[in-house]
Amino acid sequence: MNFLNLKKVSLLIALGLLSLPAHAGWLDLNMPKGVTDISNEVYGLHMLILYICIVIGVLVFGAMFWSILKHRKSRGVTPATFHESTKLEFLWTIVPFAILIGMAVPATKTLIKMYDTSDSEIHIKITGYQWLWQYEYLNTDVSFYSKLSTPYKEIYNQKEKNINYLQEVDRKLVLPINKKIRFLLTSNDVLHAWWVPDLALKKDAIPGFINEMAVVIKEPGIYRGRCAELCGRHHGFMPIVIEAVEQDEYDQWLANGGKVESTDLASTEK
Amino acid sequence: MSTVVKDTHHDEHPSGIMRWLTTTNHKDIGSLYLWFSLIMFFIGGLMALVIRSELFQPGLQFVDPQFFNSMTTMHALVMIFGVVMPAFTGLANWMIPIMIGGPDMALPRMNNYSFWIMPFAFSMLLSTLFMDGGAPAGGWTLYPPLSLQTGDAFPFLIFAIHFMGLSSIMGAINIVATILNMRAPGMTLMKMPLFVWTWLITAFLLIAVMPVLAGGVTMLLTDKFFGTSFFNAAGGGDPVMFQHIFWFFGHPEVYILILPSFGVVSAIIPTFARKPLFGYSSMVYATASIAFLSFIVWAHHMFTVGMPLAGEVFFMLATMLIAVPTGVKVFNWVTTMWRGAMTFETPMLFAIGFIVMFTIGGFSGLMLAITPADFQYHDTYFVVAHFHYVLVPGSVFAIMAAVYFWLPKWTGNMYPETLGKVHFWLSTFFVNLTFFPMHFVGLAGMPRRIPDYSLQFADYNMIASIGAFGFGFAQLIFVYLIFKTIRGGEKATDEVWEGAEGLEWTLSSPPPYHSFNTPPVIK
Ligand SMILES: [Cu+2]
Repeated sequence: MNFLNLKKVSLLIALGLLSLPAHAGWLDLNMPKGVTDISNEVYGLHMLILYICIVIGVLVFGAMFWSILKHRKSRGVTPATFHESTKLEFLWTIVPFAILIGMAVPATKTLIKMYDTSDSEIHIKITGYQWLWQYEYLNTDVSFYSKLSTPYKEIYNQKEKNINYLQEVDRKLVLPINKKIRFLLTSNDVLHAWWVPDLALKKDAIPGFINEMAVVIKEPGIYRGRCAELCGRHHGFMPIVIEAVEQDEYDQWLANGGKVESTDLASTEK
Repeated sequence: MSTVVKDTHHDEHPSGIMRWLTTTNHKDIGSLYLWFSLIMFFIGGLMALVIRSELFQPGLQFVDPQFFNSMTTMHALVMIFGVVMPAFTGLANWMIPIMIGGPDMALPRMNNYSFWIMPFAFSMLLSTLFMDGGAPAGGWTLYPPLSLQTGDAFPFLIFAIHFMGLSSIMGAINIVATILNMRAPGMTLMKMPLFVWTWLITAFLLIAVMPVLAGGVTMLLTDKFFGTSFFNAAGGGDPVMFQHIFWFFGHPEVYILILPSFGVVSAIIPTFARKPLFGYSSMVYATASIAFLSFIVWAHHMFTVGMPLAGEVFFMLATMLIAVPTGVKVFNWVTTMWRGAMTFETPMLFAIGFIVMFTIGGFSGLMLAITPADFQYHDTYFVVAHFHYVLVPGSVFAIMAAVYFWLPKWTGNMYPETLGKVHFWLSTFFVNLTFFPMHFVGLAGMPRRIPDYSLQFADYNMIASIGAFGFGFAQLIFVYLIFKTIRGGEKATDEVWEGAEGLEWTLSSPPPYHSFNTPPVIK
């Protein structure tokens, strides 16, 4: 009995502690649904496989804890002696196999869509540096570097940290919504990875090679991401900030040579 | 250990330090491996606590980001090559000759060398902490070009890895030779305990992949010092090639770190359920299938490098397949418990903890196999949570289970049961407090290997850090308990556990210096 009670108590304490930070709701703790069709599909796959795991977990652990509760020596039971069952073993080989096939089909479908970069209208080359990003809008003159704008005083705890601590940059990547955009990704030094969770895009930037990926953003807004591949001392300090805008706003921005004039596209993003 | 030296003339051996330096006895060498592993566990643990201290709050408080990166790199190298692998080799040395009814390991002199290489390799690795440019900070995966930016430490790192590999290969050859040649008459392969089976398969994995790692890191060395361009695109090479080589070693390595735990758990569950292991032969086949599959899934560690679509789909499907034999194992353990007559001494608690938490790690592993979702999980704390679940409450719990299970046999004394249970419950509570929140921050977007993070991740990092310190301190109980048991305690019987089956329980506790001088009769 001792065993189960302790287990329960420790679980309760763990859950209690986990729910302590009340301002972090469930949504902040889960994968973001994001703002593209594909990011929504990826979220769906994530939830599907999570639910499959939970159901299997409940069944297996349920059987196990039932057994722990009932089949204990202190209850005076005599142990059974069975040690094989071809039927049972066949069953639990074949059923998981079938579940996996059911999971692999939608995953492959989504993957095929993610790999489709055809018919893109805008092409942007992204280059990773230790420790900033360069964005070049191909077939235009617009090209700029984008690096962390959080003041050192905030990092070294001499000043209070602002809400976008470590996820703010001096120049944002401005993109139009509802247009297929293709990114060409490379690096100038070591490996980096360009990751924006809301767009479900993550790919490595590899020196000497070019990777590509495409996205159609559905909603205007500011989307923040980070370098995801260890790239040295300041790996934690090379964020990505995207501002997705309506087409005409984007055209205007581009016509301005990517320069920012209005206040809502302020050069230092806060 | 209080040794009862009787028996024949070749039980005479030098005393003091020379006994340990020159020993060719499988029990002595097993103990050396286990002590070494325990010391490294605390060194690697201290590094983890440096990491968790810096991550306790946002902002940079204690260490420079470069040193932080050294800590993540060294923590991984120490824990993998210095803790889990030697601990399992130690268990193999102690138990395999006994379990198969043999007198000792097949190659005792090589056994001595393969252990004594380890302290040299790790002195070399740890000495890099004091070198110009700092210890290696490019991650334990050593991806170029970043790893080539390492300072003076670089050649020491590479040669330390060479030596660790050498030691592992020698140990593995010895284990294969022992299992294939030293079995008592009648101990057919399909009668061997599963611990012996899982180690046989692990040893083949080691022999197959450690040379691949050695080749990969040697290419790094020549790229750095001799002008080759294996991994430099400017010279016609490819940085991603290193990742393929590394993970061709690295994925089987993952199973090297877990297969022996399957063997340990398969020994403990039937003992305390007082019921034979369910599906012995399917356990053997499942282990072999996992080992085979481990060679064809390596690129799931690198879904984001931009492989062709066909490659991504292949590695996704192959990886998902591993869930089938792994599932078989878990189902078999649960069915072994089913309708048994269970008691819950410390080894059983650790074994049950292993099954539950290893399975949680298996679930997140299955999630990571789904390529489109992996693009979101990759290189985040979700991955950190995943592999720590399979390595800490997985491999490390299995090692602890094994120590509690066999400590009375090794020392002849029972360990203090209540204290063992306290150790289990504290470890379980804190290990979950440390690693469970990491799933959440990972999904919410926190990358791994960063010394500082944005504010939305603050709460869970604080919880994880508290958990890590709690887990660290809980391990002091383990050390205390080991010393206490060696020094004395209630005398253990030969059988030790009521439901124990196997040759090790037919020997005295502690067993004689040479295990079976005359082969036992196998039923
Ligand atoms: Cu980077």
